[in-house]
Amino acid sequence: MKPKAIDVSQLPMNAFGHRSIMWWGGASLMLMEGAMFAMLIVSYIYLKGRSPEWPPGYFAPVLFWGTLNTIVLAASTIPNHFAKAAAERLDLRSLQMWMCVALVFGVAFCVIRVFEFRSLNVWWDSNAYGSITWTLLGFHTLHLVTDVMDSTVLTVLLFVGPLQESHFSDASENALYWYFVVIAWIPVYAFVYLAPRLA
Amino acid sequence: MTEGIADDPRLEPSALAREARELANTWSEPRGFVGWFSCVDHKTVGVRFIVTAFGFFILAGLLAAAMRLQLARPDNTLIGPDLYNQIFTMHGTTMMFLFAVPVVLGFGIYFVPLMIGSRAIAFPRLLAFAYWMFLFSGIFLYVMFFLNIGPDRGWFSYVPLAGPEYGIGKRADVWAQLVSFTETSGLAVSVCLIVTIFKLRAPGMSLNRIPLFVWAELVTAFMVACSMPSIMVASGTLILDRLVGTHFYNHAEGGDALLWQHLFWFFAHPEVYIIFLPAQGIVSMIIATFTGRPVFGYIALVLSLVATAFIGFGVWVHHMFTTGLPQFGTSFFTAASIMIVVPSGVQIFCWIATLWSGRVRFATPLLYALGFFVVFIMGGLTGVMLAAVPLDAQVHDTFFVVAHFHYVLIGGSLFPLLGGIHYWFPKMTGRMLSERMGKTAFWLLLIGFNATFFPQHILGLMGMPRRVYTYPVEMQWGALNLLSSAGALTMFVALSIYLANVAISLRRGAVAADNPWGASTLEWATSSPPPPYNFVPAPTVGGRDPLWETRADLPVVVGLAADTREVLVTRLMDAEPDHRKEFPEPTVWPFLTAVAVGGLYIGSIFTPWAVVWGAVPCTIALIGWAWPRKGNRPRSLERQIAHRHRTAAEHA
Repeated sequence: MKPKAIDVSQLPMNAFGHRSIMWWGGASLMLMEGAMFAMLIVSYIYLKGRSPEWPPGYFAPVLFWGTLNTIVLAASTIPNHFAKAAAERLDLRSLQMWMCVALVFGVAFCVIRVFEFRSLNVWWDSNAYGSITWTLLGFHTLHLVTDVMDSTVLTVLLFVGPLQESHFSDASENALYWYFVVIAWIPVYAFVYLAPRLA
Repeated sequence: MTEGIADDPRLEPSALAREARELANTWSEPRGFVGWFSCVDHKTVGVRFIVTAFGFFILAGLLAAAMRLQLARPDNTLIGPDLYNQIFTMHGTTMMFLFAVPVVLGFGIYFVPLMIGSRAIAFPRLLAFAYWMFLFSGIFLYVMFFLNIGPDRGWFSYVPLAGPEYGIGKRADVWAQLVSFTETSGLAVSVCLIVTIFKLRAPGMSLNRIPLFVWAELVTAFMVACSMPSIMVASGTLILDRLVGTHFYNHAEGGDALLWQHLFWFFAHPEVYIIFLPAQGIVSMIIATFTGRPVFGYIALVLSLVATAFIGFGVWVHHMFTTGLPQFGTSFFTAASIMIVVPSGVQIFCWIATLWSGRVRFATPLLYALGFFVVFIMGGLTGVMLAAVPLDAQVHDTFFVVAHFHYVLIGGSLFPLLGGIHYWFPKMTGRMLSERMGKTAFWLLLIGFNATFFPQHILGLMGMPRRVYTYPVEMQWGALNLLSSAGALTMFVALSIYLANVAISLRRGAVAADNPWGASTLEWATSSPPPPYNFVPAPTVGGRDPLWETRADLPVVVGLAADTREVLVTRLMDAEPDHRKEFPEPTVWPFLTAVAVGGLYIGSIFTPWAVVWGAVPCTIALIGWAWPRKGNRPRSLERQIAHRHRTAAEHA
């Protein structure tokens, strides 16, 4: 007897959210990156526990630039949200526009980040406190820069092609990853800026 | 999803043959020089992983043989202390980072997509990148070793010995960057495996029907994803300390050497389970096949895998019992370390129950599974002993520990892996391995292994420390060491026979049928070796042992395009068909990306600026990788989509 057939030829060629393999790829990546942030923060707590005073021998970082950047980062979720929604509606024009707006926020954030590093009041080779502070901020910056570059390439692609339908789910996952970078900033901000003040 | 149709014309034999030809054309790998570097087929990459890993296994084995030669008699002068330090570090580093982890992932890369009935692995280009990173890391390590810059601080590279103050030269940097290389590779593979297992299963293969080997690879991939970040942080901060003068591990400036041990073992203890869990998966497959019945206690076995993974993250401090940590803390880790015996015990009892109630065929793969029982249980028993702080304090850093972890790793991982190769060789090559040579190699290996490592327990109890290049005759350790070295020679002979068996059978072995062992899982449903597209027509599944449950009414999948690389994506829990996804073509860009990233890693040993300048080629390579070859202009795609919206609205 011949087997029966399940015909899948009418199924869509693209999916969003957790139906898509890109989403799961992004989620796995966030799990790993999140674990790295966690390990760095655990290291911070460990080193802090070893020191009788914190920050040892230096002033705490200046709050202004970091706080300004927190506001910029929080605001960047708005264009990001609209870009994600446009991608999921397969609305190319709207997606192009919101991706550009989101990019402006990303670049602004990178620029302000330079001032953040300059106002940490400590160098990476000053002592272990300086080392972990610079590394924590640097690791977040690495995510920021790679995501901005990634978004730039995707935005250019959206304007000049060649495009496939799957690029819309790429744009949606790109927005999701930006949310991750934003959320990861909250503990990083707390440890870089607030922990030296509370101790 | 459309209901099954009984008389689909696409299932006529002639139509299927035509489809197979077209699929072979679509999915075959490019030939020629560039084609060799462009390959993205999970089977080719999987075999590359396995073969490369065994290549490093041979190198590390030869290094072990050199150490056993040196230790065969007291006051030996064959190898000096400096070279000996490099050799034991290279041996451990190679076995852990370049053999054990890549080989278990390699088996997953090859067999997971076949076992779940998929056309391909998720993110095939990422997989290709992972392979090149792995290959480059090994070449890098051995080139450095032959230039006399091989790492020499032990495979866990403790600070301050490996720090800037005592670890002069570049040897510790080589170790740290080797780790960065291999972890990048391992993390990339784990993404591929997780997504493949979650989203590419054949329709009907709900979570409770996944083969146990695939469960083991899934749990392993999650362990990789959660533990390797810790060693990335560790090796990264070590490099920073050595290269740009940070003070993570510098006690004088508020750093702490124990932080290194915490970060290292938070990775390296789970790593033992990363190596061990897939091997347990192999044992489950072998035992089911050679008893002719489903494994007893499927749910219990799956839960044991998951429990082992969770507890495996809570035992790392038992490597640090002699560092003066508070007693209360160490008691917790003693309890956790003893607790992990429970899921291991559950597994062993499930397997024994399976053997008890099945019709056992003593073919070579099963012998390896039984050898695994004996050796691994002995390693487990010394493990329980070492979990107790007083005993650990007594034998810490002695040969007792060396004996323990070789029993666990060789018994728990190498035996099942060698059995797994015997088991799957027919599928991978289309030829059977010789049973006679296989059994000879097995018995010699079992005897040689015990002769090598059992005496080391006693040597450890007599006080012989690990990592010494020689010992004076007055210690009276000579006889047992000679026995141990003789055992190593026997292992060498056994593994040589094993390799000869592989080499000979590859050309002259008996031709294998599709399912020579009468096994139950989907990899045996396709030809040996499998075609590039794995299956035609794509299967669906109605139970845990699809090939033993011949259900004539079980439908097959039709309607996947044959002229593009279309793969069926299913839902996470019940594997209902969800959508189709076009998979990427072969490309040379992952290779170029690995070259660029590798250049950055190696350059950063010498100057921090390599990270800045190296980022440029990395970026170019990644753009080349991401840029699509074919597609539509933005406007035309927009028109297409608008058209689709309109037709959808009209239908509604």
